[in-house]
Amino acid sequence: MSLVEKYPKEVKQILSKYPPEHKRSAVMPLLFLAQREEGYITKAGMQDIGKILDITETEVASVVGFYTLYHDAKAGKYRVQICNDLPCALRGADKFLEELCGNVGIKVGETTADGLVTFETVTCLAACDKAPMFQTQGPDGINYHENMTINKAMEVIAGLKYAGKEVK
Amino acid sequence: MSKQVTLTIDGKQITAPEGALIVDAAKMAGIDIPVFCHHPKLEPVGMCRMCLVEIGRPMRDRATGQIVMENGAPKIQFMPKLETSCTNRVEEGLVVLTQSEKANAGQKSTVEFLLTSHPLDCPVCDKGGECPLQNLTMAHGSSQSRFIYDEKLHLEKQVPLSELIYLDRERCIQCARCIRFQDEVAGDSVIGFDERGRSTQIVSFSEPGFDSVFSGNTTDICPVGALTTADFRFGARPWELDAQASVCSQCPVGCNTTLNTRREAKAGGNIVIKRVMPRQNEEVNEIWLCDKGRFAYHYTESKKRLTKPLTRTGKDRKVNRVSWEAATKLAGENFLKAKKNFVVLASGRLANEDLFNLKTLADQFGGKAVLYSHIGGGELTAQVGVSAGTNLGVLGSGSTIVVVASNLYEEAPIWYLRVKQAAERGATLIVMNPRETKLDKYASFVERYDYGQEIKSVQELTKKGKLGDAFMKAQNAIIIYGSEGLGVAGSASLATACAKALNETEHVGKANNGLIGVWERANDQGAWEMGFKPEDDLAAALKGKVVYIAGADPVGDDPKLAKALESADFVVVQDILENATTEIADVVLPAQTHVEREGTFTSGERRVQRFYPAVAVVGDARADYAITAQIAKHMNFIMQSANANIVFEILAETLKPFEGLTYEKLSNVRVQLPMIGRGDMYYGGTTYENTHGLGVHLSAGATRGETVRIPRAQKEALPKVKDTDLLAVPVSKLYHRGATIESAQLLNQRIGKTTVSMNFDTAEQWGVVEGAQVKVSFDGVSGEAKVKIDETVSAGVMLVPRGMGLAIREPAVAKVKL
Amino acid sequence: MAHVVLRHRDIPNLNQFDVYKKNGGFSAFKNAVKKMQPTEVTDVVKNSGLRGRGGAGFPTGMKWSFIDNKNWPHYVVANADESEPGTFKDREIMESNPFQFLEGLALCSYAVAANVAYIYLRGEFWQLAAFLDEKIAEMEEAGLLGNKILGTDYSLKIYTHLGAGAYICGEETALLESLEGKRGQPRVRPPFPPTFGLYGKPTIINNVETFANVPMILANGADWYKSMGTADSSGVKVFSLSGRVRRPGNYELPFGATFRELIYGEKNGAGVQDARQVKALMPAGASSSLIVVNGDDKILDTPMDYASVRTLGSELGSASVIVIDDTVSIDWVINKTIHFFKHESCGKCTPCREGTYWMQNIVHRIHGGDGKQGDVDLLLNVAKQMQGKCLCALGDFSAMAVVTGIERFKGDFDKVVKV
Ligand SMILES: Cc1cc2nc3c(=O)[nH]c(=O)nc-3n(C[C@H](O)[C@H](O)[C@H](O)COP(=O)(O)O)c2cc1C
Ligand code: SF4
Ligand code: FES
Repeated sequence: MSLVEKYPKEVKQILSKYPPEHKRSAVMPLLFLAQREEGYITKAGMQDIGKILDITETEVASVVGFYTLYHDAKAGKYRVQICNDLPCALRGADKFLEELCGNVGIKVGETTADGLVTFETVTCLAACDKAPMFQTQGPDGINYHENMTINKAMEVIAGLKYAGKEVK
Repeated sequence: MSKQVTLTIDGKQITAPEGALIVDAAKMAGIDIPVFCHHPKLEPVGMCRMCLVEIGRPMRDRATGQIVMENGAPKIQFMPKLETSCTNRVEEGLVVLTQSEKANAGQKSTVEFLLTSHPLDCPVCDKGGECPLQNLTMAHGSSQSRFIYDEKLHLEKQVPLSELIYLDRERCIQCARCIRFQDEVAGDSVIGFDERGRSTQIVSFSEPGFDSVFSGNTTDICPVGALTTADFRFGARPWELDAQASVCSQCPVGCNTTLNTRREAKAGGNIVIKRVMPRQNEEVNEIWLCDKGRFAYHYTESKKRLTKPLTRTGKDRKVNRVSWEAATKLAGENFLKAKKNFVVLASGRLANEDLFNLKTLADQFGGKAVLYSHIGGGELTAQVGVSAGTNLGVLGSGSTIVVVASNLYEEAPIWYLRVKQAAERGATLIVMNPRETKLDKYASFVERYDYGQEIKSVQELTKKGKLGDAFMKAQNAIIIYGSEGLGVAGSASLATACAKALNETEHVGKANNGLIGVWERANDQGAWEMGFKPEDDLAAALKGKVVYIAGADPVGDDPKLAKALESADFVVVQDILENATTEIADVVLPAQTHVEREGTFTSGERRVQRFYPAVAVVGDARADYAITAQIAKHMNFIMQSANANIVFEILAETLKPFEGLTYEKLSNVRVQLPMIGRGDMYYGGTTYENTHGLGVHLSAGATRGETVRIPRAQKEALPKVKDTDLLAVPVSKLYHRGATIESAQLLNQRIGKTTVSMNFDTAEQWGVVEGAQVKVSFDGVSGEAKVKIDETVSAGVMLVPRGMGLAIREPAVAKVKL
Repeated sequence: MAHVVLRHRDIPNLNQFDVYKKNGGFSAFKNAVKKMQPTEVTDVVKNSGLRGRGGAGFPTGMKWSFIDNKNWPHYVVANADESEPGTFKDREIMESNPFQFLEGLALCSYAVAANVAYIYLRGEFWQLAAFLDEKIAEMEEAGLLGNKILGTDYSLKIYTHLGAGAYICGEETALLESLEGKRGQPRVRPPFPPTFGLYGKPTIINNVETFANVPMILANGADWYKSMGTADSSGVKVFSLSGRVRRPGNYELPFGATFRELIYGEKNGAGVQDARQVKALMPAGASSSLIVVNGDDKILDTPMDYASVRTLGSELGSASVIVIDDTVSIDWVINKTIHFFKHESCGKCTPCREGTYWMQNIVHRIHGGDGKQGDVDLLLNVAKQMQGKCLCALGDFSAMAVVTGIERFKGDFDKVVKV
């Protein structure tokens, strides 16, 4: 099903934000929309967006490739994105990351066996005063989890199993 | 002329047009500033940081705004940072230092940065020898790399972006010239960057890959060996190549080319063409070529080349290898016998000189000179065609261009580019076509009409209304007409309507005004100027005649013509390749391709341009004009044929539009801006400088003050179509099964299957679906094709591509069956 | 002293429409739209001495006055990309004092006669964008946004737009490219946004905090604002304090407050963790030139304003102060910053794309204990070679900590390089 068929209201609302002659501006919000269900953007999704905006699939793909929050390959349902940039690292983020990996049993870049969680490291998320922290990117958007301890983090991760259901 | 400003570059005082980029102004003054991302045909982006210079500006007093003087001269204030000369524009009093210690250090650092990731595989690189990076490394690079070789990023080296263009990811320096060319110039945004930072790389997601007919140009402007053509890669080293000026023979645009040749063991020590490169002519093709023109040269070396004269004699049609003398004698004798039954059928594949001799022969012996073409109206382009001084490259605001019944992107790609750019410069573009074409996007007005209604649409141009205003009030107006959905008669009527509109509104007889036909072949316009004309009913015209065919394959193209020729009295064919017609001919005469000889073509813009011999003659082939003269000799008629030059001289004396033209005049050149093709390949790419002639326009009847005679526009005779009928219409395709394209293995892959297109509803009505293999029949022709669903096609209509096996001559009522 | 930008710290629930309104909210905007000429609004901002809070410190009123009135329409864009490591102030402002920011954005739009404004938020601020959309809707409902605002002829729509993970989109021209639906890569400047901005039209871009100051300036007057801060840096600044301090967070102080006040003030940073010594400071996030402190009182007593910080061989930038204590080795710091810049380099220009990659290779070697003789010099040399050659400031930013780190803390590097 095409994006317009699946989310007619959302597409319309997104397009209404930009001057019609510059509808290409809608490419970023449409990509988030296309990514909502699968957690990544399929080739068909890119073609679809290209058609809506009168741009080529290559132009859409080129935007996907540039930004780190768009994905063109399947991963866990939730991407747990742990900040270990300088300010967080000064407050123990690297150690936190290491321990968390140990506890969950996956390394950065890996996905849990049940396909629920993929670990990624990210650069600063504007939460430096609340380190250690991570965000989860999943079907319900992006959520911050701050002032983490390993215990709290494990709770959050365990809760992800149910999170999607509640939201939808 | 625009306002000039005076500035100083490296101590040299120069003047330059206001608004010029410093790098371009320097170039014109003979100062080369190294660049990678800058290209004079693209918008400045300042991203490679190669062109760093020191820029000083006259200091102004904050309070008074006056220039501060010091020792009698303006005080110059230099910026603390180096600046890019490709993004800064000239200003009065600027002082630019391109060679200072600081500027040199900056340029050197950019080269070093580029080399950190570059594989330095020059010895095996196709660009080696004409590589800006290589050259600049020699000039600026240090001999010792500070980058640890083992830490170099290793990337894929032979990524096909398409079957035509290959990418070497390691060599790419991310200058984006290729992407920007496709976006800005070609308008096909089918390649782009993926990822970012050091991972940035070129990708194409189109289907087929790199889906643009302009893709080859990116290999010219790529400043390193990252983009290469599948055709040339590993083929030769640039320094081994010779260069000879030529003209593309693939369409009526007449792009100027340079043939790069080399003596090759593989070819038995013969000189062969290794690649076709663009040759700069800002009035014709600038520095570009379409992929067909670039890659479709292989036919010249095809195994199917005719090399020896042949005859077929006796009841059993025995094939005999004979001497030139014997073959031409046999032909001449039969032509003499023919009397009024003599038909000369020739195509615009031939040069002006050839067609002139052929026409002279026909005239001398009461024969008919028939043009092998599906488009009519050339007698009108000869009268009201564009003439001297015309240059699509300068049209902009104040000019109106009408494109009717043509899909220029497919039929004459470089005209498509030029028209698109004119529209972008502010020209009013009116596109009239029954279906959407790529040019629509750039049009001020798009006029959709039903097949058969083209004349009515053109008539709108001279009536009150939006279109009329745009056309009648335009300072300059050009109409480009084609044959989409039309046969000979239909397109002739359309031409009449167009000529009338131009004439009535006084858009004739002056530069940048007039009519242009989108012909099938490179020299159709030339053929018309000589007096060749197509026949409405060619089959009838051939039946029972003695036919002299030059540069055409009627038997292969159309079963009806094959049938007509079966009953012809005697058939002489002169051509370059074996084909279905040479299979049935009584006499077969091997002709030279244009790359083996001298001659001239007349482009659709009525520009006469010279081409030159580049490779050795294949077998015993002779130039067409000489073959005709030899036949004439056996008919006791003496015709000049010692060389093309002499034929041209007589031609110019005989035909008014050619009056005063000589080979010498055709080979005159003027400075072409931007200056491309000099030693510094980093500036404009590998396009060749034009040293062999820009060509000269023919005069038009209207310019010479002759009365313009335009017949009354007949209405096009569309067959009667009922609601339940399917109307088949001919359309043109860039890559079709023409002999010259099929010989190019690479392009062959783009020709594809025979398809007919219709919209979804029509397909449903006829019970067919996308991809279905169907039997198509119309007008006594039948054949197989695949169905393509295309929503731009109007209801009840089926598009049938020309040259793809279904011999469609004009619109016809058709049927499809599974 | 009462807060100016972080007023929500004094007034609970300020992010609720009614609370904001009751506390004088929207009066400046109402007054401007009804009683002031657009240029008068610009003049007040000009006179207040307000400088941009996004990092460059460009005088805000002057920027607004550059808007090209020969080319229409005009746009206003709020830079809410907030991606500089160590910066987290805009987020707090938008979360807790959203109306003051929106009112400032509306005032600017009125001042430059723009009818459409966009808020470009970094993609991670997903929930925040939804929250702002609600706040915008509330303002529309109250007739403060939308068509014919408060019965005047002035109309304004504000839209949020999410980025998707790219630090470079904080650079104003990259942001515009991104907003136009392209890869977020910087444009050549000039022309600057006030003449050639969004869709090629005149555009004013300011940081969230910059906008959040504006309603208070309009309400209390330019002189009131100038009475705070220093001569060259008037008013108050929200400092994002992070790193090895006891109480990291945002603290609003007048310009000219000292590093010591920020780091050691009981209501502020409350001192260094484990009572260690401050070794170095990064006043502008990862883009900073490192300030050597090593416990030097004089340095800690330096006032935080644009000019004074420059005397320390650094820049105030976005005032995101990262505190590094004596437990930290600078080669580790550099390893982090280079990783960041290498990851975030957009790849458009050669020195940055190649230089960050090259520097990362070298610093990995050094930091990983595989450093070769000459590597530190090479690193320094590569960083210097990048300086002043890049298309946008990111390239220079990436070299700041490297150059100053090596020049000012050479010992830390020598320790890890095997000779
Ligand atoms: C690499 C880079 C990143 C930047 N990131 C931000 C940012 O996240 N937020 C911001 O407001 N300004 C950022 N800026 C500064 C903006 O380019 C611009 O100067 C600012 O938005 C102007 O607003 P102001 O005058 O209110 O400071 C960045 C600049 C550069 C070069
Ligand atoms: S300095 Fe870096 S971020 Fe800026 S344009 Fe160059 S590559 Fe892009
Ligand atoms: S930056 Fe000027 S040529 Fe690339």
